[in-house]
Amino acid sequence: MTKTTEKKRDVVILFAGDSGDGMQLTGSLFSNTSAEYGNDISTFPNFPAEIRAPQGTVAGVSGFKLQFASVDIFTAGDEVDVLVSMNAAALKANLSQLKRGGTIIANTSGFDKKNLRLAKYGDAESPLLDDSLEEYRVIEIDISKMTKEALVDSGLGAKEIERCKNMFVLGFLYWMYNRKLENTEVFIKNKFAKKQQIMDANIKALKAGYYFGDTNETFTSRYEVESASLPEGEYRSIMGNQATALGLIVAAKKAGLDLFYGSYPITPASDILHELARHKNYGVKTFQAEDEIAAVCASIGASFGGAFGVTASSGPGIALKAEAIGLAIMFELPLLVINVQRGGPSTGLPTKTEQSDLMQAIYGRNGEAPMVVIAPHSPSDCFDTIIEAARISIEHMVPVMFLSDGYIANGSEPWKFPSADDIAAIKPKWADSEKSMTDRGYLPYKRDEKLVREWAIPGMKELQHRIGGLEKDDETGNVSYDPENHEKMVKIRQQKVDIVADFVPEIEIEQGEDSGKLLVLGWGSTYGAIMTAVRELIAEGKPVSHAHIRYLNPFPKNLGDVLDRFDKVLIPEINDRQLVHIINSKFLKGALPLSKIQGMPITSKEIREKILETLNES
Amino acid sequence: MTKNPEDYTSKDLATDQDVRWCPGCGDYSILKQMQGTLAEAGVAVEDTVFVSGIGCSSRFPYYMNTYGIHSIHGRATAMASGLKAARQDLSVWVITGDGDSLSIGGNHLIHLLRRNFDVNVVLFNNEIYGLTKGQYSPTSPKGQVTKSTPMGSLDHPFNPGALVMGAGSTFVARSMDRDPKHMREILKAASDHKGTSFIEVYQNCHVFNDGAFGVYTDKDSKAMTTIFLKDGEPLVFAGEEKGIRLNGMKPELVSLSDYSKEDLWIHDSSDRYKALMLTEFFDDQSKEDALPRPFGIIYQEDRFRYEEAMQDQIDKAVEVKGEGDLDALIRGGHTWSV
Ligand code: SF4
Repeated sequence: MTKTTEKKRDVVILFAGDSGDGMQLTGSLFSNTSAEYGNDISTFPNFPAEIRAPQGTVAGVSGFKLQFASVDIFTAGDEVDVLVSMNAAALKANLSQLKRGGTIIANTSGFDKKNLRLAKYGDAESPLLDDSLEEYRVIEIDISKMTKEALVDSGLGAKEIERCKNMFVLGFLYWMYNRKLENTEVFIKNKFAKKQQIMDANIKALKAGYYFGDTNETFTSRYEVESASLPEGEYRSIMGNQATALGLIVAAKKAGLDLFYGSYPITPASDILHELARHKNYGVKTFQAEDEIAAVCASIGASFGGAFGVTASSGPGIALKAEAIGLAIMFELPLLVINVQRGGPSTGLPTKTEQSDLMQAIYGRNGEAPMVVIAPHSPSDCFDTIIEAARISIEHMVPVMFLSDGYIANGSEPWKFPSADDIAAIKPKWADSEKSMTDRGYLPYKRDEKLVREWAIPGMKELQHRIGGLEKDDETGNVSYDPENHEKMVKIRQQKVDIVADFVPEIEIEQGEDSGKLLVLGWGSTYGAIMTAVRELIAEGKPVSHAHIRYLNPFPKNLGDVLDRFDKVLIPEINDRQLVHIINSKFLKGALPLSKIQGMPITSKEIREKILETLNES
Repeated sequence: MTKNPEDYTSKDLATDQDVRWCPGCGDYSILKQMQGTLAEAGVAVEDTVFVSGIGCSSRFPYYMNTYGIHSIHGRATAMASGLKAARQDLSVWVITGDGDSLSIGGNHLIHLLRRNFDVNVVLFNNEIYGLTKGQYSPTSPKGQVTKSTPMGSLDHPFNPGALVMGAGSTFVARSMDRDPKHMREILKAASDHKGTSFIEVYQNCHVFNDGAFGVYTDKDSKAMTTIFLKDGEPLVFAGEEKGIRLNGMKPELVSLSDYSKEDLWIHDSSDRYKALMLTEFFDDQSKEDALPRPFGIIYQEDRFRYEEAMQDQIDKAVEVKGEGDLDALIRGGHTWSV
């Protein structure tokens, strides 16, 4: 039988299995190989909520979704082309995402009686045997058995052999998509450098999967996704939290400051702590504090001492930090607060993504306590955005909130990384023992035209001063209960934030005309889905444009003008209309919501449909 | 003109701010002794930082001509941890109260102690919430009638000494506002200690809890209720009439007419087991055969400091991997060209 090769523009694969099946690793390896081949890539892992949910159950399914394409893409894709189901639960949990006519690769030994029961399929009602999967193409492979046979002479025990079955699947998919095995072989060799037997077994399983596709008569078609025409340059793959951590180190160095990172373990922010802790040779000080409050307070203490204090958490932890953030606002010291948002309220959905802390970031403190809020829009964008956040915090002496989310944090994409020399220096406004002295002594709250006070740190002679959370007198910083002074100070703290708008870029239209019928306005991680939907619709001749807000507080100066140039504004958000409320109260614009609050990203298909509906209404 | 620390007098440690505690408050005495101690400590005012939380005592930094942070309720210890981690070179003092560090900030206090940052914590214990006008605190005795406990408080009080021993404190001492000379000695010893020093000071809140420690501070009763610890010396009190001896594992109150000094418990602040026992000298003095309350340095140990260990790891990482290069960091391990 001849084997044909079919060309595809983009493919979405979802690797799904039990948490112990190694699907995250399998997915990342496939991504790396494809990225290196030249495809554009976007990935999205979907973890189960429990660390060790019962094996074989739907709650225990771990998934890794990736899209690779010969064009540039912005998301891990909406509908899935290929669903790898290592067991019945994996199929059950993910079938709704599969495209009609899509492919299911089913590990038949994961569909035995026990697995069917655990996945809560009715007795002996295997979906592989009835006609419920009629509209899909099902490839049944007894992956467990094939792996066992391939490794019969490996000298490994049954459990260890079972663990190699993800490599068999990976090998098979490499065959399906015409990929080379080398990249993964190198990875396996490095990873198991000290465990020869396991190294050999994994490589053997990988090859066995590949050859199985090659020699088996049933599979006649292979697919080809050509390399994308990405801009020339050197690339690496990067995840959002990783980019955030690297950006912090670079920013601190560019400012000539020591980085102090105080943090308490919380999903999905902890990976930033892990990444930073690996880079102590850059002078990074990571401090795993006893709780969220201590984490932020220690960071404020470090900033008072002249370091760059950074703290990170997710929504519940940010709530705990609120009082201390208010203190930092009164201190007018640099402090960077990272919120990797997850589903809320309360403990909410720790492993799922949401954008529901926008109001908390902008308004969520006692008293009038404004702070700068800034949001990255993709994994690699975390790098630039966190450096920007650091620059504002250090140069303006204000706390800044960086609003990432679970989708960006754990997602990955190829990154054409910059050279360190191309990143501008950050300039702290240091006090000086002589120059800062006035005839009234040292005035810690004396300001320049940007309303920025100087940073005087312990060790600087003659500049001893005391700061606190009690309202302070303008200039001297002494405790003051004077009514007019309080009003003045409240306004100054607001102006300090507002002024930042004079120093950041204006908002630009990402795609489409500068004015017209409909503007899709997004922020944060909805970027990719909006880009994809709007690009398609523009190609189809629809009057739609896209703009994305990075600076959420203060807004870019021209935002109101941009909004006014469109008849309608549509705001997709993974929350219940938070930006819609803010935009409408500020600009009286009547912006329309597209809300999705399911712990999952909004898909480009959902955005597309909403755009069409909105255009039809007018 | 910048003065040499050797030439400081108490005045160099004072600010121009009016001190605002109630007349007769025990805080005045502590402030005075602190200024005196630091004038002699030889540390520059610009290298010293006072950090406080919220409460009457937490106004303290405003009166010290050093750098200062008046933070939020309970968090001075956390803030000092970060400051010390970032700046090993500074002399850092935490001023706190019983509500501030044993109630709302209890968690941060114990974690500071176990990490053993080189920070000095002075806890002004007045067994009451003064700033909020008189509610019972975590050190108030059970049954105390206050505004929030008209029928008497139901809480069993903390024994601060035992608590901080349990948290791994490396310097535990007790003093009182009415004994300036003793307080000076203890503050000096705390400032010399490397690691977290914990000093509990019995401080009279003249307005809301007057005389809470009268039994220890009043001339008439002091001799019978207090014992002043000195390393290498026997535990004697009551004008050398009484002493404590160890009867097996138990402290025993004895008369020096029956025993000689050689038979008594000899104080050794490096002995952890004895220190644990000393912090349990926590009797109500109205009880018959009550053990006297110990003052002085109960325990002292030399243990590694967090901030030094943190720096050691950084130095080691630099030694093994070399000084971090930003481009190498950004590139990561694996790249490809398009
Ligand atoms: S309320 Fe008590 S502790 Fe507070 S200042 Fe007055 S006397 Fe001192």
